[in-house]
Amino acid sequence: MSEPDLLFSFLSKLNALAGGVFLLSAFGLVAIRQMLTCLRLYVFQSLLLAISALILGYHYGSIHLFVVAGLTIISKVLIIPWLLRHTVGYESYAKREISQVINIPASLLIALGITILSYYIAGPLVTAAGAGVFESINLPIGLASLILGAFTVTVRREAVPQVLGILAMENGAFFAGVSIAPTLPFIAELAAAFAVLIIALVMGLLTMKISKTLGKTAVGELIALKED
Amino acid sequence: MELLGILIISALAATLSLIPAGKRFGPVVTLIASLAVFLLSLRIALATVTGGEVVAARDWLLCDSFSALILLLVSFVGLAAAIFSWGYIGATVEATEDRKIRRYYSRFNLFMFSMLAVAIFSHLALVWIAVELTTLLSVFLVSFESTPEALEAAWKYVMLTCMGAALALFGILLLYWGMSLAATQAAFTWAGLIAASPKMSPAILYPAFLFILIGFGTKVGIVPMHTWLPDAHSQAPSPICALLSGVETTTVLYCIMRLLPMFPGSAASYAGTWFIIFGLISAGLAAFLLIQAKDYKRLFAFSTVEHMGIILVGAGLGSFSAHFGTMLQIVSHSVTKSLCFFAAGATLMATGTRNISAIRGLIRISPLAGIFMMVGGLGIAGAPPFAVFLSEFSILKAGIMNGQYLVIGLLALFLVVAFFGIMYQINRMVFGSAEIVMMDERGLLFGRSIIPKRNILPLTCIIALVVTIIPVILFGIYLPEQLYQLLYHAAASLGRM
Repeated sequence: MSEPDLLFSFLSKLNALAGGVFLLSAFGLVAIRQMLTCLRLYVFQSLLLAISALILGYHYGSIHLFVVAGLTIISKVLIIPWLLRHTVGYESYAKREISQVINIPASLLIALGITILSYYIAGPLVTAAGAGVFESINLPIGLASLILGAFTVTVRREAVPQVLGILAMENGAFFAGVSIAPTLPFIAELAAAFAVLIIALVMGLLTMKISKTLGKTAVGELIALKED
Repeated sequence: MELLGILIISALAATLSLIPAGKRFGPVVTLIASLAVFLLSLRIALATVTGGEVVAARDWLLCDSFSALILLLVSFVGLAAAIFSWGYIGATVEATEDRKIRRYYSRFNLFMFSMLAVAIFSHLALVWIAVELTTLLSVFLVSFESTPEALEAAWKYVMLTCMGAALALFGILLLYWGMSLAATQAAFTWAGLIAASPKMSPAILYPAFLFILIGFGTKVGIVPMHTWLPDAHSQAPSPICALLSGVETTTVLYCIMRLLPMFPGSAASYAGTWFIIFGLISAGLAAFLLIQAKDYKRLFAFSTVEHMGIILVGAGLGSFSAHFGTMLQIVSHSVTKSLCFFAAGATLMATGTRNISAIRGLIRISPLAGIFMMVGGLGIAGAPPFAVFLSEFSILKAGIMNGQYLVIGLLALFLVVAFFGIMYQINRMVFGSAEIVMMDERGLLFGRSIIPKRNILPLTCIIALVVTIIPVILFGIYLPEQLYQLLYHAAASLGRM
């Protein structure tokens, strides 16, 4: 085996490893009760997104993806955790979420079903495009994290895990994005990183406002507005 | 240059209105900025009536007839809402809370900025960000009153629409992938997409369309992703409701409708079928939910869901005349719905309650609020001679000409149900002897108050109501030639050229 082949095989395996752990952390966000662990898991997931972007950037020789990796580390690994910890307040993180909408074993089973469904949806896409090894790893895993993020928002009752669910959805979309859209213009990358920061800021501030006004952050228990 | 000017003016106004310089400063700045933006939008719209484009930066900032139409609507409703805010915020927020007032006007301008940007941007990645910003910059306007209900509504709003935006992002990235696989040189803009779409693999194009339809559809309020909409659109202050219901939904719907020309063929096209399915479900469910609404702002919010459904059906029908009717429907819905919410704001100021069954004889309590409520209700329900009647009628007619009898039959049924639902509720409020029934949280009666003195609305609120009622009546009987041309070219852009 010649040297480039060896390198390619190593890179693709490394990317597959990053993808696998990325998916695992999306499962973690569904089920882990400690809020602080959830936040750390999100940071870890963002780090894996940056690693995948670096691997793909090296492979394609694309400066765009190095910028994506850099922006991801600055915004999601450094600024967002800081923002969420300062706006929401430390006491929220000391809590454990006792009751979820669906109990944990059942929600993990549903999460597994979602993952299989994502592979089922993404499979025809990858074949139709005649895509390479990176797309066939990143696209289904990105889609699975996207839908798992939405699932996290629906099963969690506390504000912080719900916010992390939304942010994990964005992570999933970008995890697929680094493989299928490696040449998006810089201004779009910059603006997207900025938008994600504003999401974290707005949701953090709203959580703070809710906790000040209502004395709790269990947003799942807010059910005053509904049809009779 | 006008396009950049619009964005700069609204961003500048957002910054300026934060300056603590007297309690009149914020409203004045907002009013001047809205007026300037409206005049610039009018200029752009007039430049595109012949089907041309106004370009500020090719592939990035660009307006054709359809986006100029949206721009004009946003700036018109924005101007009316700025006028209405003057009186409404002045009457409902204590003058001592000047910090709160400054923040309100700053956020108002930021919200306007994001909606104008959706129409002005033509690069899809930037459009996505602008749509995301319309949510993020309006969350604190929804939670403005800081009641538990308003906070709950704001939380649902931001969570559901951000979920939708993430799904749409995935769809947009898929579209980008499809375009790069098709190896076209076109830029990733609306026009570039339409040019590249014949070469794109359907296996990527179709799922990408569905992701964007579901994702942005959440923000439009398409059933079953509509659950946040009645909450957010009823809890926000009335001028903001007018913006949310009248134009924010429309600007996002514009992004979905822009995808339509990518799918060739007319009535039976892939996108058209999905439009009709979601449109009928939305219009149908909302028409029946209208009947049980207990809060008149919620009533109008459900009516927005219904109208979004009508617009989707009209766009999905596929023929040019249906598309023309759809464009007319977009215009008439925007102006009529903002009139409804201004009237709702006036009613709230006069009676202090949002409960429909608590109000009797509104026309005696506050004649102006009563008259505008009645006209708004008739207008939005689709009674002749108002604008909505004309546009709904042209959609129905176009569908019958196409031979889509089942779709049109169902749509007509839902329109009739919604008409009676709205008029029943409005009649109960407007007519009868003047009294406000006081009820506690659970709807138990504990007293009645008969208000002897007539309430006087702030002058600016009356001006805003008059400004919005003009197009509601005018467009029902007469369509100016320039507007006709603009609608004509906007409708043509929905078909494949």
